[in-house]
Amino acid sequence: MNDEYLSRGYLTIDEIKEITELPSEERLKKKPVAVPECPQEIPCTPCSEICPVGAISMPTPNDRPIVDYDKCIGCSLCVQICPGLAFFMVHYKGEKARITMPHELLPVPKRGDEVILLNRKGEEIGTGKVVLVIPRDKSVGDTPVLTVEVPIELAWEARAVRVKEARE
Amino acid sequence: MRLEEHPVIDFTRKRGKKVTIYFEGKPIEAYEGEPIAEALHAAGVRVLNFTPKGRPRGLFCAIGKCSSCLMKVNGIPNVRTCITLVEDGMKVERQHGLEPLPRDYKPPKWKDAEKIEADIIIIGGGPAGLMAGVKAAEHGAKVALLDENPILGGQLVKQTHKFFGKREQFAGVRGVKIAEIIAEEAKKKGVDIHLETSAIGIFPNGEGKLVTAVKKNKKLMEFYGKAVIVATGAMEKMIPFENNDLPGVYGAGAIQTLMNTYGIQPGKRVLIVGAGNVGVILAYQLLQAGVEVVAVVEAMPKVGAYFVHAAKIRRLGIPIYTRHTILKAEGKEKVERAVIAQLDDNWKPIPGTEKSYDVDIIALAVGLRPSIELLHQAGAQAIYVRELSGYVVRHDDRLETTIRGIFVAGDSSGIEEATTAMLEGKLAGIAAALFVGKANVKNAMEEMEKVRKDLDEFRSGPFGQRTRIGEEKVMIK
Repeated sequence: MNDEYLSRGYLTIDEIKEITELPSEERLKKKPVAVPECPQEIPCTPCSEICPVGAISMPTPNDRPIVDYDKCIGCSLCVQICPGLAFFMVHYKGEKARITMPHELLPVPKRGDEVILLNRKGEEIGTGKVVLVIPRDKSVGDTPVLTVEVPIELAWEARAVRVKEARE
Repeated sequence: MRLEEHPVIDFTRKRGKKVTIYFEGKPIEAYEGEPIAEALHAAGVRVLNFTPKGRPRGLFCAIGKCSSCLMKVNGIPNVRTCITLVEDGMKVERQHGLEPLPRDYKPPKWKDAEKIEADIIIIGGGPAGLMAGVKAAEHGAKVALLDENPILGGQLVKQTHKFFGKREQFAGVRGVKIAEIIAEEAKKKGVDIHLETSAIGIFPNGEGKLVTAVKKNKKLMEFYGKAVIVATGAMEKMIPFENNDLPGVYGAGAIQTLMNTYGIQPGKRVLIVGAGNVGVILAYQLLQAGVEVVAVVEAMPKVGAYFVHAAKIRRLGIPIYTRHTILKAEGKEKVERAVIAQLDDNWKPIPGTEKSYDVDIIALAVGLRPSIELLHQAGAQAIYVRELSGYVVRHDDRLETTIRGIFVAGDSSGIEEATTAMLEGKLAGIAAALFVGKANVKNAMEEMEKVRKDLDEFRSGPFGQRTRIGEEKVMIK
């Protein structure tokens, strides 16, 4: 992969596919699955150390994390601990997709709240509904984690949310 | 303005008792445990002094290194207000150029200096110094540690993001938390800690060393030991542009100190210069504190930070303009606007690409340089190493400098990061304990070997390349 993403500050979905194979549609429908967006060789290992089933391979600390999607049980511990906030979970549920993402901003939305979806470059691309919140004190990585239900076509776009009341 | 709510820090629990200080005669509310300049900032005061030519100056580094915050406190000029704590009833005035001491002032005398003895004296209580203290004590040495800041932890106390590395090296833990853990550990191991104490010189003293120091700007102290570990960290670099001395042009670290350590809103709208780790992490932290970031500009064609930190701010809508730089700051007595422009391939601003932003803060995140002043004064051999971001001292594989018994660790040995600073601290701590004859040789050698392996492993990737080249240049073989 060329390093053009470093002048932009975000990855395109094609670039993500170059760094890591995406889970199959069948796997995505089964249960949540962790997908890292971690393109550089950086000295960082918490995701592979915390994974309870050894699904994240990383032969040396500077290697990129590679997830074995068949082993992954969708527990979200990697999303909670990742210091780079670069792990997400995706789960296809009928017409919708559920995206699990870190959210270290105030306010932390509540279950059932409608939120604005943001893509990797911060553009508003639609709305979603919060279906699960792991608050900071329940997160192993001190990072609140949200699961947001989004239209399935935004499953590989929506990577952050803006809580509606926080808008000026 | 003060921050009451924060997604990952709890300030109201940390604030001390309310006190009143007087700024130019006007009462200002402050909290015990916070420094003068920070309290003034919370009250909206940006101009702290005027240069001899009458130019206004404000905070810049907020860690006692740059002298941009000198004020008159209770009549005494040249007080570094960014690290001097408020006291109830304190009188603070803007300083105009060079002001003399009051006529009736009696300076302290060296014969009255308090004397502290230990095997090892550590200068600096950041990640490197604290770890050095923990390890040296663990290996049987008596350790005294001094730091000129009012709190232990160095720059970790403002790092609200989680660290990389391995979990045994605190990966996945926020810097603020790491500071608490290792400070607690150092205290538990019996390290004799002296805060608000500035080291001012290192001298030979027979077979040992003498470190002279000043506590709370007035009390003289002498620290006697057999070895000294210098872990004095780094200071922020400055870049030239018009009005770069205007109050409101802050080092990135100063903004972190204000908002993350003391819970003070640094400003309303911020432009950040530099898209290295410090710049993009700062942008994210500002968002967390509810402050608007208009853009991050970076002269290089690529983001220098770890990509994942940049991605965090991009998906929340903060633009990063690579190949852009700041042209000037504008404003009367404080920053009101910033003008940026695109750069051509010869690093020259392209006419017609100027953009102006109404901001009250310009954050400079343009790199750090090692603080080697004390090592230099002590006579350690220093060389300029670009990869380590400035002048650094030569050292061997135990981090001992060209002066026997003086060790170096952390950013003062070359700019890197807190994880490696902790590892270097461990190494220097064990090596110094061995040097003073306290450590068990076999245990010490084995543990040093493990730490060296950890360091090599951390630095083995593409991001460690600069350090590897730099280390090659400073290493005494």
